[in-house]
Amino acid sequence: MRAAFVRGLTAAARQDPRVMLLSSDLGFKIFDEFAHEFPGRFLNVGVAESNMIGVAAGLALGGMRPFAYSIAPFATLRCLEHVRNDVCYHKLAVTIVGLGGGYSYGHNGPTHHSLEDIAVMRALPNMSVVCPGDPVEVEPAVGAAAAHASPVYLRIGRAGDPVVHTGPVHFEIGRAITLRDGCDCTLISTGNTLPLAVEISDRLRAISISCRVLNMHTVKPLDEDALHACAGETRALFTLEEHSRIGGLGSAIAEWAAMNRVSCPLHLFGAEDAFAESTGSQAYLRALCGLTVDHVADTIAARLVASC
Amino acid sequence: MFQPGKTLTDVNAPSLQARARAVRARVLRMAHAGRTPHVASALSCVDLLVALYFSVLRIDPANPEDPNRDRLLLSKGHGCMAQYGALAERGFFPEAVLAEYARDGGRLAEHPGPHCVPGIEAATGSLGHGLPIGAGLALAAKVRGANYRVFVVLSDGECYEGSVWEAALFAPVLNLAGLTAIVDYNGWSAMAPTRPAMEPLAEKWRAFGWSVREIDGHNLESLASVLAQVPFEPGRPSAIIARTVKGKGVSFMENDLEWHYRPPNDQDLQRALLEISG
Repeated sequence: MRAAFVRGLTAAARQDPRVMLLSSDLGFKIFDEFAHEFPGRFLNVGVAESNMIGVAAGLALGGMRPFAYSIAPFATLRCLEHVRNDVCYHKLAVTIVGLGGGYSYGHNGPTHHSLEDIAVMRALPNMSVVCPGDPVEVEPAVGAAAAHASPVYLRIGRAGDPVVHTGPVHFEIGRAITLRDGCDCTLISTGNTLPLAVEISDRLRAISISCRVLNMHTVKPLDEDALHACAGETRALFTLEEHSRIGGLGSAIAEWAAMNRVSCPLHLFGAEDAFAESTGSQAYLRALCGLTVDHVADTIAARLVASC
Repeated sequence: MFQPGKTLTDVNAPSLQARARAVRARVLRMAHAGRTPHVASALSCVDLLVALYFSVLRIDPANPEDPNRDRLLLSKGHGCMAQYGALAERGFFPEAVLAEYARDGGRLAEHPGPHCVPGIEAATGSLGHGLPIGAGLALAAKVRGANYRVFVVLSDGECYEGSVWEAALFAPVLNLAGLTAIVDYNGWSAMAPTRPAMEPLAEKWRAFGWSVREIDGHNLESLASVLAQVPFEPGRPSAIIARTVKGKGVSFMENDLEWHYRPPNDQDLQRALLEISG
């Protein structure tokens, strides 16, 4: 998704001279062409995330549309109060780009894992939280963020994220995308679990379970129309995310269900409330918390049988 | 480009000293009526703000959103009674608005909200935010070819914040000559003297690449004349270490941390008003 981000940002910068990119010393070589094409509009601010966010806010107050880029935990938690006060309180057109959502930085360890960022970012007033599901979605998501007049948290993967969409995609902040139709249940995914969600749906189809896949790339604001449709048209809702089950997509939908008296059963798949105890690749760490085709498909099948 | 307000060139306009007295009186009345703390912090920066608003800043109260206006950020947001008072004095909003300070439903909180009233450029209150924002504003001017300048007033206690020094490292590298940091160096944080940690404060800013002047933060003429000279060096951000007195102007509030917390009662107010009018 990283390369797709650069492509999307380049397109946005060509369209809008206010678009700028700040990095806190992340992105070796990948921004060279951007910096060359847009002199003065790429800035490595150094390893100083709080300053980066404050500078981004000042740039936005001065009429620019800055993107502030770092590895997800550094872009969100390290400088959280600057995001809250400088960006969100002023409701500025700043996009914070969190690279390496979830376990993307596997062997780098828990300091680099990002399993709380959605929870924390969506708790901030005025903040929209956007988690594209594959590299194809990243490009239009960047354009949508650049055109957005208020704060956006854009959570992307890293490199080598699988492609789901076979053609161009219509991407609108706050508008979920249905990837697979289905009538038995709905699997709602955000961010980099989208390829997994599609695989799970295919696996379930093989055992005659019709599983809709809804890509809720925007966790805030939720696409409530899409949720109402899924809750009315299918028998159960399942959420899938490479993020803690506390505060992420599943929590957001549980809050929505509670407030809207939605009686459709809901089950959350996500990371444990724990730091990884051993080192591991993204695939290994996903497997530890059950984010696999086998585990999720089996659980969905069992739940659907139990609720019949 | 707009011109400075008429009052500045009017020979009958009140002196800077008279302006400062009027702002101090407002600070005392706000703290008294609102029963709020930080009166001494506000009194500490009154003269800095009066010099800026009445002698330095290219601003027009009739056009407070002019994209080319100079920006002043009070990064020590807890001193905002002085800023509210100075903005009212400068004509950014009617005097009556000050009655909304620390009142339910009012626009003026004990730390300023974003654009809560004309003239407030940024919400502050948590320390260490103004300088990064100011650096971003100065950078935006540079990128867009605008010629506005940015002034950020910090407290010395605020200089304990790491983000101040992140921005202090950043601004000289970007040659942000349009940025001026002014440290209201009254020697006190909320609970302790600051000098043991801050000294040598001017040397610290110098070592980070700023062009530094140290001045008396209560001498309005010298403040006005030094501030008129920024940038002190081409291509460099300027830092002014303004030696100030916490609680300046009210003898029983000066250098007494009690007045970081205690709101003036009726009797305190009367005594204080008498002193500042004298």
